[in-house]
Amino acid sequence: MVRSARESVVTTTSFRQPMLRVDGLVKRFGGFLATDQVSLDVCAGEVHALIGPNGAGKTTLVNQLSGLLAPDAGRIELDGVELTFLPAHRRVAAGLSRCFQLTSVFRQSTVLDNLLMAVQAHAGSSFSLFRPRSAEAALRDGAVALAEQLGLETLLDRIAGALPHATQRQLDVALALAAKPKLLLLDEPMAGMGPDESERMVELIDSLRHRMAILLVEHDMDAVFKLANRITVLVYGRVLTTGSAEEIRNHPQVQEVYLGSEEHESATVHTPARAGT
Amino acid sequence: METKEHSSSRWLVVVVIIALAAFPWAATALGQEFYIGFVRRVLIFSLAATSLNFILGYGGMVALGHAGFVGIGAYAVVILVDAGVTSALVLWTVGMLAAALGAAAIGAISLRTRGVYFIMITLAFAQMLYYVFVSLRTYGGDDGYTLQTRPNLPFGLDGGGESALYWVVLAMVVVVLWAYSRAIDSRFGHALTGIRDNETRMSALGYPVYRLRLVAFTLAGGAAGMAGAMLATHNGYVGPGLMHWTQSATILIMVVLGGTGRRWGGAIGAAVWLLLEEAFKLGTEYWHMPLGLLLIAVALYAPRGVSAMFSSTGAKAWFAARGKAS
Amino acid sequence: MNLIFVLEQLLNGAGYGLMLFLLAAGLTLVFGIMDVMNLAHGSLFMGGAYVAAKVHVASGSFVIAVCAAVAATVVFAALLEALLMRRLYGRDHLAQVLATFGVILVSNDAVKMLWGPSPTMAPTPDALAGPFELLPGLPYPTYRLLILGSGMAIALGLYVLVNHTRLGMLVRAGASDRGMAELMGVRVGRVFTGVFALGAALAGIAGALMGPIAAVQIGMGESILIPALVVIVIGGIGSVRGAFVAALLVGLVDTIGRAFVPPVLKAVWSPSVAADLGPAVSELAMYVLMAFVLSIKPSGLFAARA
Repeated sequence: MVRSARESVVTTTSFRQPMLRVDGLVKRFGGFLATDQVSLDVCAGEVHALIGPNGAGKTTLVNQLSGLLAPDAGRIELDGVELTFLPAHRRVAAGLSRCFQLTSVFRQSTVLDNLLMAVQAHAGSSFSLFRPRSAEAALRDGAVALAEQLGLETLLDRIAGALPHATQRQLDVALALAAKPKLLLLDEPMAGMGPDESERMVELIDSLRHRMAILLVEHDMDAVFKLANRITVLVYGRVLTTGSAEEIRNHPQVQEVYLGSEEHESATVHTPARAGT
Repeated sequence: METKEHSSSRWLVVVVIIALAAFPWAATALGQEFYIGFVRRVLIFSLAATSLNFILGYGGMVALGHAGFVGIGAYAVVILVDAGVTSALVLWTVGMLAAALGAAAIGAISLRTRGVYFIMITLAFAQMLYYVFVSLRTYGGDDGYTLQTRPNLPFGLDGGGESALYWVVLAMVVVVLWAYSRAIDSRFGHALTGIRDNETRMSALGYPVYRLRLVAFTLAGGAAGMAGAMLATHNGYVGPGLMHWTQSATILIMVVLGGTGRRWGGAIGAAVWLLLEEAFKLGTEYWHMPLGLLLIAVALYAPRGVSAMFSSTGAKAWFAARGKAS
Repeated sequence: MNLIFVLEQLLNGAGYGLMLFLLAAGLTLVFGIMDVMNLAHGSLFMGGAYVAAKVHVASGSFVIAVCAAVAATVVFAALLEALLMRRLYGRDHLAQVLATFGVILVSNDAVKMLWGPSPTMAPTPDALAGPFELLPGLPYPTYRLLILGSGMAIALGLYVLVNHTRLGMLVRAGASDRGMAELMGVRVGRVFTGVFALGAALAGIAGALMGPIAAVQIGMGESILIPALVVIVIGGIGSVRGAFVAALLVGLVDTIGRAFVPPVLKAVWSPSVAADLGPAVSELAMYVLMAFVLSIKPSGLFAARA
């Protein structure tokens, strides 16, 4: 059972140094300001949720954190290492890992091959040209262990693209976990999942909490309130407010901008969010 | 996953190599020595096409300038022979290295682009090489350069005529293709196909995508250069036409015909293409026409190439593709 | 080198550029809107040149020759579209390259069958054979003025068509989002056929007009295809306006390169080196231009596609 954030052992004020620090991030697309002076931080052991209406710039922010987009101004720091100008793959080496809002797996490969690809990235150099990868038992063991974490161990021989949507999203998260990251960026992991699958995902994220810092972008308010230590609300690219779950729930502006309509949605199965969030 | 198919195909490869090794004797016995040179040419182009398949089929990089690297290898031989070098091994090794160097330089720039821009830039570089060699009168310019004598073959095989060169070429091609086959199954090979299938995810997993692509491009260029060097020795002549974009397109056609991304797609495609070319040439003066019609037919009805038609997974995919195309 | 020479070269460059534009316009529309890599576009150019040359010789009338060339290319294109291109829409680009390369092979041999392997003479129409005094002291071949004039006229016509007619709007709609356009009731298939035929007609006209001043031979299509591709990349794929600007740029750079680089090289290096390098450098000029443009504007000057 998931303990609600309020019952968590660690409270907001007693967090250690932040693992992820974002300072004054700005991103413009032509005349459009997608990210407007965004600052936030995520500490180890914390699940920090990022919520906001569609089009608020959540995925744009995540893309800047992971290195897909270069910010126009601002600073990103992970465990003391500046990430702002590092290319995406170097950020992974620095301890950052992400999953994708629009499921991004290797659709024509088996689940096992998908996981092997993730495990290989963190088990030595890929510039090995002679030894067949299939001979490396350790890689396979790693992949199977990863599969078991997400309940995918019975699906190893299935083609990823043929799996149901929710299972593909689980795979997406599994791929992100292979990095054993310091900071995990979860971009709407619950999108398109039914209540049972969402419950399982919530339990999984909760179990990861003690191992890493987690930035969770989500629309599923049930999950958010069950998991989040802190919540940042993003509206029109700008941070409206940051606070504990309780504070956010009762924040008048937030209710007005966002939660009002969400109350009705949270009970039903979510459709995947439109791109551009 | 494919272990059963893999081991049976491995036996097939061994059989093919043995048959190829025995071929010169069979050809001589049947009075068809001419075909020793022909099969030698097929071997050389198998190497060139396979090297392109490595970056195209496995790496997802559609490069339209691959003949440029073949040309660098060929002209390296010309320049060295002109300077007095006589060892085939030296000539071919330097050809390979020169082409690899060229590929590293060209790749470093081109791989910063994607899609159609990558196609155009690789094409542009190959055309530049073409025009440079057209203008180098010392090495024949537009008329090309004739190599007066054969270089010295390794293992003291000189004086063995066409067959000797054939066996040396066969040995080199087998070695390189074997290395390629290992590379496909290695970590590097898997990383390469991963980049082809989902580049963004590979970056997000921590793979150094640009570097991996550049290494693949360089290796492919080097192999193409070796093919070019062998071609120079085989033909006894090198002209800048070797680097014209239509040559790059022909090698590309061979790969697609044989099956992009399939292990022996390059080799099969080169063999099928050159065999058909030869067969049609015997039948008619207008042999481009049946070749062209064949390409159209393959594009419409066997888009995964010839090699896909001969495997069980391929057959299923063929039916699936037909269903989609109609 | 004097002003007359410079002006002459500029006019030549513009003329070549305008002919390149005719080819590039069709190519950019087909690639930009229909997302089809059509390597056989050059073959339409060749077809136009051959038909015009033969009809001109047979009939004595240049006008009839050009009309015949256009008719022939449009008919051929319509057949090609119906039999082949239609089945290549939505397919991956490699399959398109394979198929259209096959078309090049077939067309080259078809021409060889019909008219033999040797290059063909395309006569300059008698009325336009002489020079025309553009400015005092600047005689310029009348025929080349025709090329300049018709090129400009067609460019203007295309501009009006694409930007101020319903058809043009449909074409642009199909370019930006085929699916959406179809949902809104646009008969995208018909529009595509029309665009393909238009591109073919333009290529045919270019071939017919270029015949008298270029070599009409098998393989002329492949020679001009690369410059045309460079033009559409520089101009931005899918943009006719971009093709116009880029074609003029390429035409001018190419002609100026050929005219002025060798003398410059001769001034710096020995005559033999200059003679060797001159042509090579001129050929390279358009690639250098492309690299330069792409480094500033990675999607071309007027990128039309999203």
